[in-house]
Amino acid sequence: MSGVPRFLWVPAVLAWLLVAVPVVGLVVRVDLSNFVSLVTSDAALAALWLSLKTGLATMVCCLVLGGPLAVVLARSHLPGLPFIRSVVLLPLVLPPVVGGLTLLFLLGRTGPVGAFLYDRFDITVPFSTTAVVLAQTFVAMPFLVVSLEGSLRTAGERYEAVAATLGASPVTTLWRVTIPVVLPGLLSGSVLAFARALGEFGATITFAGSLQGTTRTLPLLIYLQSQDDIDGAVAMSLVLVVVAILVIVVSRTRDVR
Amino acid sequence: MSTQPPPRTARRGAVLVAALVALLGLPLAACGGSGSGSDSGSGSSGQSPAAQAPAKTLTVSAAASLTEVYQSLGQQFQAANPGVTVKFNFGGSDQLAQQVVQGAPADVLATASPTTMQTAVAAGKIQGDPLIYATNKLQIAVAPNNPKQITSLADLNKPGVTSVVCAPAVPCGAAATAAEKAANVTLKPVSEEQDVKGVLTRVETGNADGGLVYVTDVKSAAGKVAGVDFPQASAKGVTQTYPIGVVTGSADPQLAQSWVSFVTGPQGKAALTQAGFATK
Repeated sequence: MSGVPRFLWVPAVLAWLLVAVPVVGLVVRVDLSNFVSLVTSDAALAALWLSLKTGLATMVCCLVLGGPLAVVLARSHLPGLPFIRSVVLLPLVLPPVVGGLTLLFLLGRTGPVGAFLYDRFDITVPFSTTAVVLAQTFVAMPFLVVSLEGSLRTAGERYEAVAATLGASPVTTLWRVTIPVVLPGLLSGSVLAFARALGEFGATITFAGSLQGTTRTLPLLIYLQSQDDIDGAVAMSLVLVVVAILVIVVSRTRDVR
Repeated sequence: MSTQPPPRTARRGAVLVAALVALLGLPLAACGGSGSGSDSGSGSSGQSPAAQAPAKTLTVSAAASLTEVYQSLGQQFQAANPGVTVKFNFGGSDQLAQQVVQGAPADVLATASPTTMQTAVAAGKIQGDPLIYATNKLQIAVAPNNPKQITSLADLNKPGVTSVVCAPAVPCGAAATAAEKAANVTLKPVSEEQDVKGVLTRVETGNADGGLVYVTDVKSAAGKVAGVDFPQASAKGVTQTYPIGVVTGSADPQLAQSWVSFVTGPQGKAALTQAGFATK
């Protein structure tokens, strides 16, 4: 027998079923005869394309901004580092709707930054695809930062120290030593951020609104369709389940490598 | 199998399992229970002296837009009928009609459109013909004092004006689409909201200059937005009509009927008018 205590089996199986059974229920519910026409409607294709586009943009934003932040958190000796880290983790704990509201009150037309942008440059941030990416980046950032910071700490600073003694500059060390060592963590963190962006709903609908082709991502379309066209909503949900499984498969194979 | 299972660990294990099962099971049981329990009186009937009429509960399924009016009418109804507790189930009309069709316990169904009521009528769930007793009109919600001077649907397309409507899939969006057709205007909203309160919020927070909402929503915003009338709001398919009917299989059809008479009677009309509805 394996070393797993037997009393763990019942809750373990329950936990697994709790996740798996609803997905099976969704698959069973799909209207197969109309599936293709349901997922290739204009609204569906626009939402799918927008979701992929904004998801990728979010991933890039998380990498470009969150990557350096993770390095600072893992390697610098700033005072108040625990505080800085807990702020970064905030979106993990906050309901996304709250995230959307905070963005709206900052960047909305009556918010301090939003009013300035609107009055000076005639820029309206909400209701734009940029707003979708901002909302998604807000909620997805911690996934990349946590994952990458973990990799950096696990890898330790020994190789970097050796590189420094051999005369490598901090910049060279970063590109030639640190990044190659934490590449798996960087990749899985990026995939996680992408996945979180794909599923983003609350912050997006609160901050960016919902308009086909501009701000209505897949989750928003599914929620809208669940009001009057449940078959369409179920079909689109299945598409999202498939994308999610693909993402998990991709991030898993990265982990193994 | 091992020869001597340590009893203490095993017992502790059993307790853990029980605790976990209880943790998992309790919320589930709570979810299951709430659907059937129409008798767990949340009544505000204070003391219920046995000498008076026996306690009765009336369950009313009503459209979300009726929430404020029905709640105040419920208080009045309870005051006028000692021993009666009125319980409300507010929600989307479509959802409510589906619930009634599937046998959810309700004595009265009041939806926000004839189409949704028809779902219940077609399933034989409404006694007699439903009664149309109120209407609600679209208005353009704008910031107080109307700084962008929006006076018509077409004004929502003016340069520098951002507008918001409901998505066509929901009733307020269907009405908006009908209004656009009547006005021969195609709006270019920056967002199509899930429900009418979403539209109202966009205007209230100053992120949109104009939004199509109902007169009752403008009233409920209590001065945070102003309402602009436009002629197409009275066109066919734009005005929202509210039907009400007694559900077949109601435990107390007489009581249910007296609620319908109350809502469609003078007191009901007064409350509806005050909230911004037009009454018939």
